Amino acid sequence: MFHGGIHPAGRKELTASAEPDGVLKPGQVIIPLRQHIGKECEPLVAEGDIVRLGQKIGDGEGLCVPVHASVSGRVIAVEPRPHPGGGMVKAVVIENDGLDTPVEKKRKMEGRPDREEVLRRIREAGVVGMGGAAFSTGVKADVEAGHIDTVIINGCECEPYITADDALLTMYPEQVLKGIMILADLLEPLYIVIAVEDNKKMAIRTLQKTLKDYPQIHLQILPTRYPQGSEKHLIYALTEKEVPSGKLPKDVGCGVFNAATCAAVYKAVAEEIPLVRRIVTVTGEGINRPQNMIVPIGTPVRELIEAAGGLKQSARRVICGGPMMGKAQDNLDVPVVKGTNAVLCLTDDVLERNEGTICIHCGRCAEVCPMHLQPLYLYQGEEDGQADMLTRFFVMDCIECGCCSYICPSEIPLVKKIRDGKQRIREVNQ
Amino acid sequence: MRQLTTSSSPHIRSRWIASTIMRDVLISLIPVVISACVIHGIRAILLIMAGIVSCIITESFCTGKAGINGSEVITGLLLALSLPASVPWWIPVAGGVFSILVVKHLCGGLGKNVFNPVLAARAFLLLVWPVHLTIYPAMGMDGMTAATPLHAMQIPALPESSLTDMFLGTIGGCIGETSVLAILLGAAYLLKRRVIRLHIPLAYLGTVAVLTLTFSGEEPPVQWMMYHLLSGSLLLGAVYMATDYVTSPVTPKGRIAFGIGCGVLTVILRSYGLYPEGVTYAILCMNPFAWALDRVFAPRVFGHEKGGRSREKRG
Repeated sequence: MFHGGIHPAGRKELTASAEPDGVLKPGQVIIPLRQHIGKECEPLVAEGDIVRLGQKIGDGEGLCVPVHASVSGRVIAVEPRPHPGGGMVKAVVIENDGLDTPVEKKRKMEGRPDREEVLRRIREAGVVGMGGAAFSTGVKADVEAGHIDTVIINGCECEPYITADDALLTMYPEQVLKGIMILADLLEPLYIVIAVEDNKKMAIRTLQKTLKDYPQIHLQILPTRYPQGSEKHLIYALTEKEVPSGKLPKDVGCGVFNAATCAAVYKAVAEEIPLVRRIVTVTGEGINRPQNMIVPIGTPVRELIEAAGGLKQSARRVICGGPMMGKAQDNLDVPVVKGTNAVLCLTDDVLERNEGTICIHCGRCAEVCPMHLQPLYLYQGEEDGQADMLTRFFVMDCIECGCCSYICPSEIPLVKKIRDGKQRIREVNQ
Repeated sequence: MRQLTTSSSPHIRSRWIASTIMRDVLISLIPVVISACVIHGIRAILLIMAGIVSCIITESFCTGKAGINGSEVITGLLLALSLPASVPWWIPVAGGVFSILVVKHLCGGLGKNVFNPVLAARAFLLLVWPVHLTIYPAMGMDGMTAATPLHAMQIPALPESSLTDMFLGTIGGCIGETSVLAILLGAAYLLKRRVIRLHIPLAYLGTVAVLTLTFSGEEPPVQWMMYHLLSGSLLLGAVYMATDYVTSPVTPKGRIAFGIGCGVLTVILRSYGLYPEGVTYAILCMNPFAWALDRVFAPRVFGHEKGGRSREKRG
């Protein structure tokens, strides 16, 4: 078990029983040409074009991962639009004709696809890490092959409120497990483990039943603690190996894949269906009917909120992602992207309150920091503008999980200050 | 359209906030205050009120804001509790002004002071009015004064008071220091509520225990150790003064080192110092090292080797 961490109120019961019914049908979708780490895609369509469901509409070189039309209809704009990650990103806006006319399938390949073909299908389907990192899954699997002895499937979903992976594992365990086997064929690990926190009773029961057919995959149930889903901490919890600072999981022989990513890999390879939909948890005290939804990528957040009965009068903040690391949105026209696992609507009673300024040196931030940092001294270094102090206390090792800000009794926005501190170091180093 | 707020993540916070901590400290001191009142009567209440009011008024004067934020109430209360019952009412008043004005605000304000305000004020009072601070009335206010057990131990000899009297607090000493039982109740509450951690008190008391057990001279070692542990302001200091957030380290090992330092200095000062008690000066001497101890005993960062290098892959 890793050091530190917190136990915030889970609030997952809000969406625990609600099963998604059908796919949401938005009036239009806004598909950003960058939903991954790497260069923005070049658009392959222009205003006025008719596109079909699953048609590739943007692609590029290198780490770039293609994007696809998530509905069928007419392209009404290719222009910069607000992105849930902040700023403006060029996006293809498609008016939905409601028909979901699929793109014509190429002739089916005979026999088992070889390694190159599997990697090609993963890339062509636009699969990226769906736990938040949004790194190209095809590139990752290719690079990690030969270095991995353990494949870890991350089904922890340690952020409060979110139940999207829980719902996926409960409803479509086969997709996830088959996806894992495809990745295992590429990576040839000695050990495959799927890690789930013990607060997901339904998912655990389903997995225990389904896993009888997959003797190679081990289920590991971990005691609930935030930030268990952090790659480094999950690896440590399972193997007691620490990923060295500045290194990758493959450097300790581990490859970590999100559960939703595995399901996307299965669809990409076995069914040649691109990543055009995902499960999104629409939840929080500020929404009328919290639920999990199957949503076409690119659906504006506003439509998800309307489909969930709209915001309550008391709602004050809409967040893409969880309450610990998600990003607050000021514009509800931002779309769901491949990495959006939740739309969270919070009210005043649960939101963080005043912004404190006086550190009383209680040390709780250091006690909960899973990276064993001392946020109070990082805060002090940033306040005093001392870059050398920030470096000495390892500011760049912060994973911004938010434990310190969560626990701080003086209500100091420590993570924000640490982010500012990182920026300061980057500027100094330039 | 409704107004949506944005802010940097995280968006939720624990309910454990500064005012909760202050409240918990005050709750934990209830047994000590009750024992002080039972043992020393109305006089204890008068001194406690004088200390608290003095601190509140000085704090308002320094910050320019009326109102009570809790920390100065704790300062005033602890200050009064570390004074003998016989001191005139203006002693806690003067101490309160000194602690808040000089030790806290002239050193940068809340969270910035280097020295524990209560102990620094007590040291100041001891320097300026030594007579008032070294006469200890025993139980009740019959005008009789009693030497504290530590006076006897300075000779050195085992004191006359029984260990039971010392446990309950019916002996000479400062109003909040004498009842070991009351302080232990408060400590248990603070530990349960996670306001303080065990590192500092345990390292402090453990060091005093080991040292007094080892260097007991011609006295029976275990009894000598027990008298040392139960007497004077050691326990109140270990639980309430040495654990002061602002003036103590935050890292686990730093805290242990801090506690050991306090213990060593306390035994040295009790054995060779001018005054029979050494807790005040021992903790004050350690206060400036809090930051340095955090640096020296900084925990190894996840993914780094000890000393700061990034962990390399091991075969």
